[in-house]
Amino acid sequence: MSDPKIEGYQFKPGFKGMAADAGSDQTIFKGVHWGKAMMWIFLLSDTFIFSCFLISYMKGRGSTPVDWPNPSEVFGLHVGGVDVPLLLIAIMTFVLITSSGTMALAVKYGYERNRKMCGWLILATALGGLTFVGMQAFEWSKLIHEGVRPWENPFGAKQFGSFFFMITGFHGTHVSIGVIFLCIYAYKTFAGHYDEGKRGWFTSMKGNYVEIEILGLYWHFVDLVWVFIFAFFYLW
Amino acid sequence: MENTQKKEQPTTHKIGIYLWIWGLLFVLSFFSYMVDWFQFQGLLRWSLILLFMFLKAGLIMAFFMHLFWERYALVNVLLWPMTAIACFVGLMVAEFKYTLFTRIFYFFIGG
Repeated sequence: MSDPKIEGYQFKPGFKGMAADAGSDQTIFKGVHWGKAMMWIFLLSDTFIFSCFLISYMKGRGSTPVDWPNPSEVFGLHVGGVDVPLLLIAIMTFVLITSSGTMALAVKYGYERNRKMCGWLILATALGGLTFVGMQAFEWSKLIHEGVRPWENPFGAKQFGSFFFMITGFHGTHVSIGVIFLCIYAYKTFAGHYDEGKRGWFTSMKGNYVEIEILGLYWHFVDLVWVFIFAFFYLW
Repeated sequence: MENTQKKEQPTTHKIGIYLWIWGLLFVLSFFSYMVDWFQFQGLLRWSLILLFMFLKAGLIMAFFMHLFWERYALVNVLLWPMTAIACFVGLMVAEFKYTLFTRIFYFFIGG
């Protein structure tokens, strides 16, 4: 859809287009920016990594005869004299979805060449990501304080800690890396690198707003993974 | 030249669609939180969790990641490998049931 066209190449929609793409000369996905195709391939491989984590968690949790800690109590917060289940996790979920929405809008405004809106929305996304990581750090320190370790915990099955730290830690790392890149891209947007087509720092590629979409793909993927972690680890 | 202009300005979508999806994601997240809040258990709990999870994942991929508008070649390259993950899940379900069985058998009944 939103890719620069290769001259003389006519894209066909639907399954005919798919057959033409798969059987085409020299390159597949003609007209798709190479960075975007490569980001999708990377995200596919990342999907497999996170799947392996979640599947091993399923296997570990399913094969222990000891009771699994009740996530709704373990991750609950004590606010104003009331125990609210999963409160922090719910807020983290809403923050991440908010940042995903601002990122989607940033991509849209980028393609419309609205430099300032695009830049501010990327900054808002970075702020959301930073809030998320901050709350995750709070959650980790709270649980570590309560005695949760990768090899033991006071709530139930010993495997709980290792899966928790591995899965949320790997996801948090993704969010942190995303925040760093969001800040870099916000700078590049405000500086007008994508309007002028300025070449990047490590590449001879000309600046183009498609880079914002590529960054957006990564950020939405981080949100996507959280949807699965939220369902399987915190709600199940 | 018309051709170069096309090159520079890719098509975008109306802001309304993004706001709609954004709102839907909020509502779905709220529903999945409510599953825990009301402490639904058993089949109802995990079917609701899976339903909301797949709806959210689908909305994010289709509209935020633009897969809905993307060419079929890319969509198929991305979605077919997921069947391998589904197979892996199936294998590991069989595996953890067997492990659980042997653990209960040897820990509590004895070999």
